[in-house]
Amino acid sequence: MSDVILNNICKTYNKGIVLAVDDVSFSVGKGELFGLIGPDGAGKTSIFRILTTLLLADSGSASVNGYDVVNDYKKIRQHVGYMPGKFSLYQDLTVEENLKFFATVFNTTIEANYELIKEIYIQIEPFKKRRAGKLSGGMKQKLALCCALIHRPTVLFLDEPTTGVDTVSRKEFWDMLKRLKQEGITILVSTPYMDEATLCERIALMQDGKIMSIDTPKNITKQYAEILYAIKASNMSHLLSDLRLNKLIRSCNAFGEYHHITFNDDLKNSKSELLNYLKSKNYISIEIKQVAPTIEDCFIKLMNK
Amino acid sequence: MKQFLTFVKKEFFHVFRDNKTLLMLFGIPIVQITLFGFALTNEIKNTEIVVCDYAKDAASKRIINALEASKNFEVTKANLNHHQIETSFKTGKIKLAIVFPNNFNKELLHLKKAQLQIIADASDPNTATTLTNYVSNIVMNYQLELIQNNPIPYQITPEVRMLYNPELKGATNFVPGVMALVLMLVCVLMTSVSIVREKEKGTMEVLLVSPFNPFLVIISKAVPYFVLSLVNLTIILLLSVFLLDMPFNGSIILLFTVSSLFIITSLSLGLMISNITNSEQSAMLISLMGMLIPTLLLAGFMFPIENMPKPLQFFSNIIPAKWYYIIVKSIMIKGLGFSSIIKETLILIAMTIFLLLVSLKKFKIRLE
Repeated sequence: MSDVILNNICKTYNKGIVLAVDDVSFSVGKGELFGLIGPDGAGKTSIFRILTTLLLADSGSASVNGYDVVNDYKKIRQHVGYMPGKFSLYQDLTVEENLKFFATVFNTTIEANYELIKEIYIQIEPFKKRRAGKLSGGMKQKLALCCALIHRPTVLFLDEPTTGVDTVSRKEFWDMLKRLKQEGITILVSTPYMDEATLCERIALMQDGKIMSIDTPKNITKQYAEILYAIKASNMSHLLSDLRLNKLIRSCNAFGEYHHITFNDDLKNSKSELLNYLKSKNYISIEIKQVAPTIEDCFIKLMNK
Repeated sequence: MKQFLTFVKKEFFHVFRDNKTLLMLFGIPIVQITLFGFALTNEIKNTEIVVCDYAKDAASKRIINALEASKNFEVTKANLNHHQIETSFKTGKIKLAIVFPNNFNKELLHLKKAQLQIIADASDPNTATTLTNYVSNIVMNYQLELIQNNPIPYQITPEVRMLYNPELKGATNFVPGVMALVLMLVCVLMTSVSIVREKEKGTMEVLLVSPFNPFLVIISKAVPYFVLSLVNLTIILLLSVFLLDMPFNGSIILLFTVSSLFIITSLSLGLMISNITNSEQSAMLISLMGMLIPTLLLAGFMFPIENMPKPLQFFSNIIPAKWYYIIVKSIMIKGLGFSSIIKETLILIAMTIFLLLVSLKKFKIRLE
C-alpha cells in the first residue's frame, strides 16, 4: 500500500522553456521516511508542490493517500502536512499565536494533538511569547514543524527542512523525524545534504529534474563498483590538479580533508605507482587508505555518467 | 466560523504590529483633511493689500473701513506713487493696491461718478480675479448705501443666494472628495498589499495546503480594513465638522450605510488587484497609479467633470469615487434622503458585484 504515487510526472516553467521535472515516477510506502536528494534546481521543490496540489503537472499523474492531486485536491489539503523550504509562518505573530492559528485553520486545537508535537514544542516553549521572526534558524524550523504537525497529518512533506540550520539542530531535527515515523506518519523529505541521505529509509537521487537512482542508502552505496581511496598530503589544492592529470586515476573529487580517488585499474601496483609519482612531485606526509563509498560518491559518479 | 474569527484576529495583529501600516491608515486621513482644509483651499484670507488714499474724505474712509473689517484683507495705508506700488508688487509684499484719487467724494457727490483704481497682481489670474471681486463687492455695498439715501426711480437689484453653502466655503466641496479618496486609498491599497504580502512571504503556500477555504482567507482579510475604514470615516467627519465647520444636514445613518457600500466596492477592487499581481510593489503601483490618480482627477471634486472632454466624461463613469462623491454631497450638504441617491447606490452595488465576480473567477487555488 503506497501513500504517495507519481507516474511519469513532467513539469516545465516559462511556457515549456525550463524543464523542472522530467518524467519522474516513484512511490512511497505507508509510514516510510523517504528522501529526495539533490542539489538546488534538481526539481525537488516542484515535485513537492505538485504533490501538495500547489502546482499542476504538465503531464503524468500523482496521488496522495489514494486521492488524485488534481481532482481531489481538497481532500489532500485536509490530510497532509506541508513545510515549504522558505520559512512561511507569520513573522509578526508570536510562537504561540502561530501555532494556535494553524491549529484553528486545520479545525483542531493545540491540546488535541499536543502529544504528537510535545517533544518538539517543549524546546521552543520558553520562547512562546517571542515573535516568530526573531527566532533562530533552528527554532524557526522546529516551530514550522509543529505547525505542520498540529493536525496529525497522514503524510508529511518537508522541503529542505535543514537548510540553513546548524549541525546540532539538524541532528535533533532528524531524530524528531524518526520519532514521527514511529507514529505511523509517512514522511517525504528533501535535502541537498548528502550526509543526511543515510538517515532516510529510501532515497531518490535527483539531478536536473531526473531521478538517477532510487533505493535504500545501503543498496545505493553497494552498487558502487570500484574500490575507493581517500588520499591526503601536504598541499591539497595542488594535489587535486596533479591527481586529475595522472593517467592512473579514473576519478578524483575533493571530499573534506581528503580527496576521494578511484583507479582505472584496481591492481595493487596502481597504488604504489601513484605514491612514487607523488613523491617525485615533492609531496610529503602522504596518506592513502581505502574507504567505503558514501552517498555523495555515488551521486557524483551517477552525475558524471 | 471559529476559523474565520481566528483569521480576522490574526489580521488585526498584522495591522497593529506594523507601524508603517498604522501610520498609513490613520496618518493619511488626518494629514489630508488638514492639508485640504487649511493649505489647499481656494478661499483667500488675510491678503496683504496697500491702500493709497489721496482723497482722505468721508467716502474713501468709509470704504477703507469696510476693507479693514473684511477677513480677506490685511490693509496697509501708505500714499505710494505708482513706481513704489510696482516695487511692492515685484518684491511680493502685496497682492493688490487700491488708489483713491484726490476729490473722490466731491466727484461722487457732484458729478455722480467717481473713479478709484484697483491694481492686482495677475501673475496668478484666479487669485487676482477673486481679490478684485471682493473689493468690487465692498465698493458696491457702499454704493447701495448711498442709493438708499438718494433713491433713483429705476433699479434692478439681483438677489443672489448661494444654496447649501452660502459662505462659499471650500470645505463643503473637498471633504466629500477627501472621504472618497481616503476610503479608496485605505481599502484598495491596504487589502491588495496585505494579500500580495502573503503570496510574497510564502505564507499563502501554507494556507493553500489547508482545509481553509481560500476565498474565506480573502474575505477575512477584508474585514479589518472594513472596520478600520469606518473608524477613519468617523475621524474625517469629526475633523471636518468640528475643525472645518462643515455643515452636516443629512442622516448620519444613511451616510454610514452608503459609505459601507463604497468601502465594500473599494475592498473588492483591492481583492481584484491582489489576484492579478504577485509582488507588493506592483500591487502598490497599480493601486496608486491606476486607482488613486484617476480618483483624484476624475471624481469631480478637483476639476468639474462638466468641463472635461467627452471621452474623459465617459471614462469618469467607471470611477466608483465619482458616484460616492455625488452621494456624500447629496446627504451631507443638501440633506437629501435615500430616494434621491438611488441611482448612484445601484451603480455602486452593480460595480461591487462585478468586481467580486471577477475576483472570484480569477482567484488562484494553486500557486500558478
